[in-house]
Amino acid sequence: MSAEGEANGKRATLLIGAPFIYAAAMLVVPIFTIITFSFWTQNYLDIDKNFTWANYIAAWSEPIYTTLMWRSLGISAVVTFFTVTLAYPLAYYISFHVPQERKTLWLFLITIPFWTSYLLRVFAWKIMLGYNGVLNSGLIGLGIIDEPIRAMLYNVNAVVITLTHAWGPFAILPIFVSLEKIDRSLINAARDLGDAAWRRFYRVILPLSMPGVIAALLIVFIPTVGDYITPGLVGGKDGVMIANMIRLQVSKANNWPLGAALAVNAMIIVAILSVTMVVCLRAFIKRIR
Amino acid sequence: MGKKSLGIYALAYILFLYLPVLLIPIFSFNASPIVSFPIEELTTQWYKNLLGEAVLHSALQNSLKVGIVAALTSTLLGMLAARAITNYNFLGRAPITALIMSPLVLPEIIVGISLLIVLQQLGLNLSLFTVALGHILLCLPFAIIVLRSSFEGLDKSLEYAAQDLGETPFWVFLRVTLPLILPGVLASLLITFTISFDEFLVAFFLAGNEPTLPVYIWSQLRFIAKLPNILALGSLILLFSFLLLWGADLLRRHAEKRMQTVK
Repeated sequence: MSAEGEANGKRATLLIGAPFIYAAAMLVVPIFTIITFSFWTQNYLDIDKNFTWANYIAAWSEPIYTTLMWRSLGISAVVTFFTVTLAYPLAYYISFHVPQERKTLWLFLITIPFWTSYLLRVFAWKIMLGYNGVLNSGLIGLGIIDEPIRAMLYNVNAVVITLTHAWGPFAILPIFVSLEKIDRSLINAARDLGDAAWRRFYRVILPLSMPGVIAALLIVFIPTVGDYITPGLVGGKDGVMIANMIRLQVSKANNWPLGAALAVNAMIIVAILSVTMVVCLRAFIKRIR
Repeated sequence: MGKKSLGIYALAYILFLYLPVLLIPIFSFNASPIVSFPIEELTTQWYKNLLGEAVLHSALQNSLKVGIVAALTSTLLGMLAARAITNYNFLGRAPITALIMSPLVLPEIIVGISLLIVLQQLGLNLSLFTVALGHILLCLPFAIIVLRSSFEGLDKSLEYAAQDLGETPFWVFLRVTLPLILPGVLASLLITFTISFDEFLVAFFLAGNEPTLPVYIWSQLRFIAKLPNILALGSLILLFSFLLLWGADLLRRHAEKRMQTVK
């Protein structure tokens, strides 16, 4: 057994070695590099490698950076709430009401936008919400409004709507998977014991599907904080987010250490918030049970 | 909520998911360069315009090159990882898996900026090669997801039989394992290619002077006059992506069915 176990261990190491080294070289090394960079300073093209907190102090004190950071977190939180709330009933419908043989079709319909170009999905909203855009001209054509609504594109609302649309499929799938795993006899038992429909949902289905909800919350919240395309295309001046500022620092502003510090800072804040969210939700589920 | 109202909601959601995206192909045939209703005249002019754009053609070639390299490499690495994860219980299995899968949830801006800084520190010039390096990292988790289900459905007694008949591990893999997981491998190739082909942000950070197709689109969005051309190009990309993904889905379903009949 031990000889075989050793041989197995060797084979496993051989197999996992290459992908592991690749991920380590392309992810761990770069992230440690930007952490190091974030403690340096840059003067035009010269990097000053003396340790300093200056970039982090700037990130936490200068209004432009703090405003963008809070706005990004706020937009993300709102988007996450809407995305998951809108996704849950759909996932529920597919899991409980769609006949088994048609589930694959529904899932296919949902995963298609999930895989196709993110840039084009966001771009679609630019032409949808524009001043001379589809929605305005359509509403005028139907006689609902007389002149175009200006306030649709280039603001925070446009960013929220676009992100909610773009990330919907990412939230549906994990919730669907956890609903599928629920043992149907538990729901029947609750029914036999006299629980009404909403009570069965609140006491049995919702708590048991919570792992999927938590996964959906994280899958939407974490990447949207750092979204670049959506604020860039539909956000205008008022909808700029932290990622746009990070990009600016490593391009036109030529301040890589500050860009690195803003990125590391955002990463840490998002990590702390995510862990807090998971812990709170787990406590909440225990309470319902 | 009743079953019926939920059904209506589900249909409304699907419409919400698809309608904005369908605007791109619909308006790509609009003769007026302004994207608004009503559409009075139809044209294929914008598609013809694409034929004359030299920068677009080189961007397309760049995207194809990067996509092919990213798909092949990430699927190969994904096969190794998926095999190790499904068949062996090795030291550090959970953290190593979490690390390899983490690009799924990391904000792309973090991947983009950290790769940019490290590659420049190494003195590498930004090129299609650096884009491919980034895309392999992003595609790897998707390859693993697709391939894991192939390895999980694999009947291992067939491999043991080949081993007992004296095949070396390499030939067991080539003559027994690979044919069995082939639909999964092809599905992985199609999906990872599509992801790379559509990926914008990391390419935007790492492309240097060689834009990929999405980076080209981004640069053209500044010019209002170019908008109809972008609608035509976007429609073609959506169609192409859809066909690839549809193919991947057929392969996966075919594989599932075959696994069931073997069992």
